[in-house]
Amino acid sequence: MIVEKDEAVPVRVGDDVVRARQAVRALATAAGFSLVDQTKIITAASEIARNTVDYGGGGDLRLELLRDGGRRGVRLTFTDQGPGIADVEQALKDGYTSGGGLGLGLGGARRLVGEFAINSSPGRGTKVTLTRWK
Amino acid sequence: MKSNLPELIDKHEKALLAEWLEQQKAAGAGDLAGEEELRTLSGRFLAAFQEGIRSGQSADIGTAAWAPAREVLDDVSRQRALRGATSSQTATFVFSVKSPLFNLLRRELGKDAERLAQETWTTTLIIDKLGLYTTEVFQKSREDIISRQQQEMLELSTPVVQLWEGVLAVPLIGTLDSERTQVVMENLLERIMSSGADIAIIDITGVPTVDTLVAQHLLKTISAARLMGADCIISGIRPQIAQTMVHLGVDLNVVSKATMADAFALALKRLGQAVVNRAATNGL
Amino acid sequence: MDQIPILKIGDCLLVSIQVDMHDRLAMELQDQLTQRIVATRARGVMIDISALEIVDSFIGRMLNDIAAMSRVLDAVTVVVGMQPAVAITLVELGLKLEGVRTALDVDKGLALIRRVIDGGEDPVDRREG
Repeated sequence: MIVEKDEAVPVRVGDDVVRARQAVRALATAAGFSLVDQTKIITAASEIARNTVDYGGGGDLRLELLRDGGRRGVRLTFTDQGPGIADVEQALKDGYTSGGGLGLGLGGARRLVGEFAINSSPGRGTKVTLTRWK
Repeated sequence: MKSNLPELIDKHEKALLAEWLEQQKAAGAGDLAGEEELRTLSGRFLAAFQEGIRSGQSADIGTAAWAPAREVLDDVSRQRALRGATSSQTATFVFSVKSPLFNLLRRELGKDAERLAQETWTTTLIIDKLGLYTTEVFQKSREDIISRQQQEMLELSTPVVQLWEGVLAVPLIGTLDSERTQVVMENLLERIMSSGADIAIIDITGVPTVDTLVAQHLLKTISAARLMGADCIISGIRPQIAQTMVHLGVDLNVVSKATMADAFALALKRLGQAVVNRAATNGL
Repeated sequence: MDQIPILKIGDCLLVSIQVDMHDRLAMELQDQLTQRIVATRARGVMIDISALEIVDSFIGRMLNDIAAMSRVLDAVTVVVGMQPAVAITLVELGLKLEGVRTALDVDKGLALIRRVIDGGEDPVDRREG
C-alpha cells in the first residue's frame, strides 16, 4: 500500500471544521469517490472534527490519499490531547438523543466509513482514524 | 555492492530493447498490443528500472524510487486487463526481460564470476517482485472491471417507473442487500427530485424473503424518500411475508398493500385524484 | 457579523441556509427566528437547505431545536430542498429529524404547511389510507 498524498490541517476552532471539510472534499475528489461517498466521508469527518474542537480541546487532522494495487482510498486521522473518553464502547453506542446523552456522533461516523478505529483513554487524549476505499 | 547494471543498460540500450521486444513477441505479446505501443512501454520500463536500481533500494519495490516502474506496470496491467489478457500473459511483459538482461550481464561480466553471480541474483530478485506486482495490479483491474459491470447490471435491474403525475413505482426483484439498497435509494431519490413525486410505491413482489436485514434496508429507503418529501407505500406483500414480518417483529411504519393496484388506487386517493368509468357516468 | 435573512410569505417564515453554520450563527438564527415568529404570529416556518451539501449532527440538532421552539409557539416547521446525497447520508448516520416535516421544495413546503394549518393534517407524521 502506498501513500500518494499526506497533509495535515489544524482542527482548533469552529472555522477549522469548515476548512477540514473542504480538505476532505478535495481528497475524496482526487480519489475519485462518487458524490454520495464523498458526502458520507465529509459528514463523518465533520462529526469527528466537531468533537475534536468541542471535547478534545482542539487537535489536528492528518489526511492521506492511499493507493493499494489499483484502488484508491482516503484515510483521516484526528488526534487531540484532550481529556480522552472513559468508556469508548458506550460512546460508540450513544445515539442522537434529543434529550440527554453525549451524542458524540462516533457511532454515526463509524457507520459512514469502511474502516473505523479509535484510541482513547482518560488523560491520554483521543485518536480517531477513518478510512474509506473507492 | 553498487550495481553496474544501469550503466550497462545505457551502453547497450538499443540492442537490449530489440532483444526484449523479440522475446515479448515470441511469447505472443503481439496479439495484445501494437509494435509502437510495446516499444514505448518497454522503453519506459527500462528507464524506470534503471532509476530504481540506481537508488540502491533493491529490497523494497514499494519505495518512491520504484514509483515510475510501478506506474509503467500499472499501465500495462490495466490495458491488458481491459483487452481480456490472462494473468500470465500480462506478467510476461516483466519476466521476459530477464533473458536479455542476463545475456547482457554475461557478455559484459563474463570474466568476473563473483560479480556476475551477484548482479544476476539481485536482478532476478527485483524482476520477480515486479512480476508479482504486475499480477496483483492485473487481478485488481479485473476485479474493478467486473465490479463496474455488476454495478451497471444493478442499475439496470432497479428501474424507477412513473405511474402517474406525482407517483413513482420501484419494483424490486431479487434480494435486497446493502449494495442494492444504495443503488435503489440513489435512483429513487434522483427521480423524486426530477419528477417532483409525492408518493413512491415500493413493490416487493419479487423479493423472496423479508428478514430483519431486508426490513432495515427497506426502512432506510423509506426514510430517505421521506426526507425528500415523498411518502412511501409498500406493495406486493405476500401472505408468507406478512407472517414472517409479524413473527420477527418487523414494523415498516408505512401503509402496505397486497398488490400494486391497491397501492396505486391509494396513491391516487391521497393526491385527490380518481379514475372514473365514463360509460357509467354518461349513461351511454 | 453575518446574518441569515428571514423572509415572510403570508403567515409563513422562510429561511434559506446558504453558509456553513457554526455555533454562534446557529444561536443567532434561533434567536431571530423565535422573535420573528412571535412578532409576525407566523404559523409556519420553512427552512430551505437546498444549498447544504453536508448536514451533520450539529445541523440536525439545530433543525430539531428550531422545530421544537416553533411548536411551542404553535408554528409548523418544514425542511425543504434536501439533496439526495445528504438524505442518503443522514439515513446512514441514523440521524432522526424529530418533529420536522420535509418537502421537496418551497412550493410543496408551503402547500404542506397550508394542509397542516387549515386542513388539520398531522403536523408531525402522516399515515392514513
